[in-house]
Formats: sequence, C-alpha cells, structure tokens
Amino acid sequence: MAILTVLQAVNAALKQEMRRDDRVVVLGEDVGKNGGVFRATEGLYDEFGSDRVLDTPLAESGIIGTAIGMALYGLRPVPEIQFLDFIYPAFDQIVNELAKFRYRSGGQYPAPVVIRSPYGGGIRGGHYHSQSSEAYFAHTPGLKVVIPSTPYDAKGLLASAIRDEDPVLFLEPKRIYRTVKAEVPDTEYTVPIGVARIAREGRSCSIFCYGAMVHVALEAAEKAKEKGTEVEVVDLRSLVPLDEEAVLASVRKTGRAVVLYEAPRTGGFGAEISALIAERALEYLEAPIVRVAGFDTPFPYTLEHVYMPDARRVLAAVDRVMNF
Amino acid sequence: MSSPTEVSPLYQVLDAPAEPGAPPASPLPTPDLLRLYRGMVRIRTVDSRMLNLQRQGRIGFYGTATGEEAAVVGSGCAFEPRDWIFPALRQGGIALLRDYPLDLYVAQCVGNSADLLRGRQMPCHYSDRRIHFVSWSSVIATQLPHAVGAAMAARLRRDPVVCGAYLGDGATSEGDFHVAMNFAGVYRAPVVFVCQNNQFAISVPIERQTASAGIAVKAAAYGFEGVRVDGNDVLACYLATRKAVDKARAGGGPTLVEAVTYRRGGHSSSDDPSRYRDERVTEEWARRDPILRFRRWLEARGLWNDPEEERFQTEVKSAVDEAIRRVEAAPPVDPGSMFEDVFAEMPAQLRAQRREALGE
Ligand SMILES: Cc1ncc(C[n+]2csc(CCOP(=O)(O)OP(=O)(O)O)c2C)c(N)n1
Repeated sequence: MAILTVLQAVNAALKQEMRRDDRVVVLGEDVGKNGGVFRATEGLYDEFGSDRVLDTPLAESGIIGTAIGMALYGLRPVPEIQFLDFIYPAFDQIVNELAKFRYRSGGQYPAPVVIRSPYGGGIRGGHYHSQSSEAYFAHTPGLKVVIPSTPYDAKGLLASAIRDEDPVLFLEPKRIYRTVKAEVPDTEYTVPIGVARIAREGRSCSIFCYGAMVHVALEAAEKAKEKGTEVEVVDLRSLVPLDEEAVLASVRKTGRAVVLYEAPRTGGFGAEISALIAERALEYLEAPIVRVAGFDTPFPYTLEHVYMPDARRVLAAVDRVMNF
Repeated sequence: MSSPTEVSPLYQVLDAPAEPGAPPASPLPTPDLLRLYRGMVRIRTVDSRMLNLQRQGRIGFYGTATGEEAAVVGSGCAFEPRDWIFPALRQGGIALLRDYPLDLYVAQCVGNSADLLRGRQMPCHYSDRRIHFVSWSSVIATQLPHAVGAAMAARLRRDPVVCGAYLGDGATSEGDFHVAMNFAGVYRAPVVFVCQNNQFAISVPIERQTASAGIAVKAAAYGFEGVRVDGNDVLACYLATRKAVDKARAGGGPTLVEAVTYRRGGHSSSDDPSRYRDERVTEEWARRDPILRFRRWLEARGLWNDPEEERFQTEVKSAVDEAIRRVEAAPPVDPGSMFEDVFAEMPAQLRAQRREALGE
C-alpha cells in the first residue's frame, strides 16, 4: 500500500495496464516527453517508448479519430484530451463514430477506446479550463461515462475501463487531482463499472453526486451532523451505466434526495437522477428533490466561487429537504 | 513554388548587406521605425512585469511573447486601425499598438471591475471592439474561420478592411486551420494569416506537429501564397505582412505569413520547458534577440541611443506600474454580473438563479 493522489493513481493504472497488455497505447498532446500537462502520464514515455506513448499533433479530432482506427485494428488506445473543454473538435468522432461503431456494424467492429480527460472547475481556469460537459456524452448511447472521486477508484476504475470491450469516457476531476490522497494497493485490482459507492452512510437524507462534488457533499454531511442530520452520500462513480438500484435504495432508506453536480443546472446529469427518483421512488419521498448545481452561465473566471456549488449551498439544500 | 519537403528561404531585412560606400538605405520613415522598436520594448517590459504579478499570485496566469516581439509588432503594425485582428495567446501587444489602454490590459488580467470583460476570462484574453480586436477563446485555432468569415463579410459590404488571423505552429494541426485556409482560398477572402512559428506547442516541437518543411508551404495546397520570414527581424515581419495586407486589400486574396521565431520562456506561467527541450538552444536564440538586433540596427543609423533607451524604459515601466496601481485599487466584480450577457435579455430562469446566488 502506498499513499497516492488521484493523479498518481491514474498514472499507476496506466502503468499497470500497459505492462499487463501490450495492446494498450497512450496518445495525446504533451503526454510523452512532458508526461502530460498535469503529469498523469509521467514516466510512460521512458518505460514504454514512443511507439506506445505518442505525442500527437495538436488536433483532438485526429487524436480520437486515429484512436478509433487503432481500436478497430485490435489495439487498446487510451487517448488523453488535455482538458475536457477542448474535446469538442472531436465531438463528431466521439458521438457519431466511436459510440456507434459496434452497433452500426452489427457487432463486428467494436471500438474499445478509453478517453481520459481532466474536467471540472475549482482551479481558476475560466470558461475553457473548467467545464463539466459529462451530460453531452451521457446522452450518447454506446458510450460509457465513468468518473472517480478517490485515488482507489481512479486506479481500479481506469483499469476496468481499459479492459472494457466498449468505449469509455473517463473523466478525472482535476480539482482533486492532488488534494485527495489515500492508500492504494500496489497490486492489481479493478473496480467494476456501473456500481455506485456509498461514500458515507446516513439515515436522514441522501446526496447523489460524483467527481469533485463528492468531497463537497462529505464536507456538508460533516456539518449537517452537528445539527443531528445523518446525511448519506452516494458517489455514482459511473453515469453510464448508472447504478439505478443504488440510487433507489438510498432514497427508500432516507426519503429525501439532494442531487449535486457542478455542471450547469439545465439538462445536467442530475436532472436524470431526479427523474429516476421521481419515476420510481416518488412514494418514498418526504420532500421534493432539490438540485444543487452550477448556474446556467458559462463558467466564469473571477466569480468561480459564486458559480461552483460549495458546502454552504449543499447544506442549505439539506436544510430544505429536512424542513419541508 | 516551394516544395513541401524543402525549406523555403527566409525573408530577412536587418541582416541584408548594405551597399558598400552608400549610406544604408532605410525601408521606412524614421517615425515608423521607432514605432516598431518602441512597440517591442513595450511588450517586453509589460510581459516581465505581468509575469512577476503572476509569480506573486496577483494574477492567475500569464503567457509572454518573449523572443517573439518582432513577429507580434512587425506584423501588427502592418495592419491599419480599420483592420480586424483575431488574436491568439501571444498577441496582446498588438492591442497595445492599437492604443488599447494599459489599464484595460492589466485589468483584463486582474479580472476586477476595471476589466472590460467583467472578470469572465482568464488573463491574456483581451478584446475591445473599439480597436477591432476580437474576443478569443482558449480553444486553439477556432478563431481562424471567424477571421475568414469576417473578411468575406467586409468584402460583401465593400469595406476596404483586411482581417489578421493569428495562430501558433501548433494550431496548424487543427481542422479549423485547414478549414479556414480552404475557405480563404476558395473565396479569395481579404485575410492574412500570421503564424508565429515559435517551434513549440507546449512541449511538442514543430517536427512532431507537421511533416512539411515549415508552415508557409501549406498555403500552396490551398491555392495562395505563403511566405517564410525571419520572425526575429522586425522589418522583415513588417514588410512581408504589409505586402500581404496591401494585396488582400487590393483584392488579391489571402496570404499565409510564417514568422520563424522561438518561444524563449515556458508555454505559460504553468510550464517548465527544461522537462522537454535543450535550453542551450534557447540560449542560442536569445543571442538573436529581436529587440537587441533592431536596436543595433537603429543605433548604427544614429536613430537610437542609450539615453533614449533609458528614458523610454523608465517611461514604460512607470506607466505599467501606475496602471497596476490604479487597476488593483478597483473593487472586485459584482457577483450578479455573472448572469448578464449570457443572452441579450436575461430569461426568467436566470433571473431566479441570480436571486438565489445573491441570497435574495
Ligand atoms: C483545442 C485545444 N486543444 C488543446 C489546448 C491546450 N493548449 C493550449 S496552448 C497549446 C499549444 C499551442 O501551441 P501553438 O499553437 O504553437 O501556440 P503557442 O502557444 O506556441 O504560441 C495547447 C495544446 C487548447 N487550448 N485548445
């Protein structure tokens, strides 16, 4: 066991999978010699060489498009998109190509590509280094969307993603890249995709969240405890496929739901969670569902602290569902 | 016609041999020469001051043009005030050439209530409609089709306006670059692409970016001219761009100007270039410093001297310091402003969110 950051855990998973399977290749901007702008791919170039760790030209559609071709041919490419904000030049390749290859070829041409990308706010990155656009991708059938919130899950889920037969968008909450540290086994393990995690147990109310927001929820839960409210924090870990049973079970237990995500509120993935609860657990609810999310504005620069959900806003939502 | 695998010759002016005996000819009137020189010194000074602010945590990010001042200023001066500039990360100096006040420059980086952009963008994303300096995103190459479209629109309106489309070498790999070049060629749009080939896109060297011999050659495939200029020779940058701008204005279509230069610093304040490149090469390029080279050229012609230099440096430094002092004294942006400008009129839903954010 070693204490790793989320970033080091990602790095450990990449090394582990590249050693285990020579079909795994990494490609992207600055991922080679430089080890990635966040250092997620540090050491890979030295260990695996320029054949398996490719510093690509600056072109996201090229990175994803060629990764698809490699996957069709039998490799296991793990492209990096430097910031999720820069994924859109590859949107067509992801949405129309990557996600649909298996289906449109009657299962003949699966494309097991794992796109890694740092995402989310909290680093003062302004409009273009902060976005949480998971909802666009979760809306795309054929693409799995996985988001870890701990070092343990980062390593285990990334390993699972790379071994998965389907394309996976693996979103890394960059705000907690270096701030969240925990023990991670040195040995090989995987964490199954599609299974939520109860990050904290509680009976009074549930908070459904993922990524960096899990830690905001935990902070709020700690504060709520002072008032005697036992908050349960459910870390979804995977948006597609979604562990619907875990969501419903928690609501049945607590009868109160707060849905927390940092993306703009409208059409965000939290709306899907709210709909699920409304459709299948309405009779258990003691209070209306409350969403805490980013506002419906572009991600701001200096007003990031106003924009991003924080423990104060989450606590207010908890109060609302508790005192309905 | 240049070949894709053979590097075309560099256009140079500063080092061109003078006619023996004859007094060295000047390609430009003295005030223009001094404007170029002062423009370069101004950016160098502003950059170093702003990078310091970043190191002190007073601004969040900064990208300098150090070593690339000739490319920025030489090309920038070649456009007229009515022309539109579509900048990338390193062309803030062009805004200053167009009389963009230093206060606004600093305020954009600080992002408080003195900022025209209301603290919404990261530093180095200056824009000001009054000087036709268009807002850019951080997303590489996206501005290039915009520049072509604006140029097409200017021609449609019969305005004698040329658009300057700025990019780095890395940007030439993006689809938007190729799309822009193709549209520019097909419509013979009055646009001049200026590529500052500073050899690196963060850590990725130019050889990993393209297999063609440089950037200028790419224009041939789109049916127009590409020129390769010494990007550390401010006169070459000015004259080559000027020619391209004049040609575009006269209906001669687009040009791609490649200014071959070198990014002497890190990519930005968050980069450490010693991880991926040999810094001895950087030192070599420092010896070809565009400012020093031009200063020697001016001094040899009696157009500049040490006292002038000292006076000008002091003037710029104190102007920057005063701008910083004034800007930093301004209050932070009003939190409610975050909800403005999303749409021309704020929808009810957003008004409700604003009330929620302000705790009303
Ligand atoms: C579409 C997109 N992909 C990636 C990035 C991250 N990024 C920012 S600057 C940069 C390199 C740009 O290189 P170049 O175009 O040569 O310009 P330079 O910074 O060297 O002037 C990269 C990869 C981005 N901003 N946009």
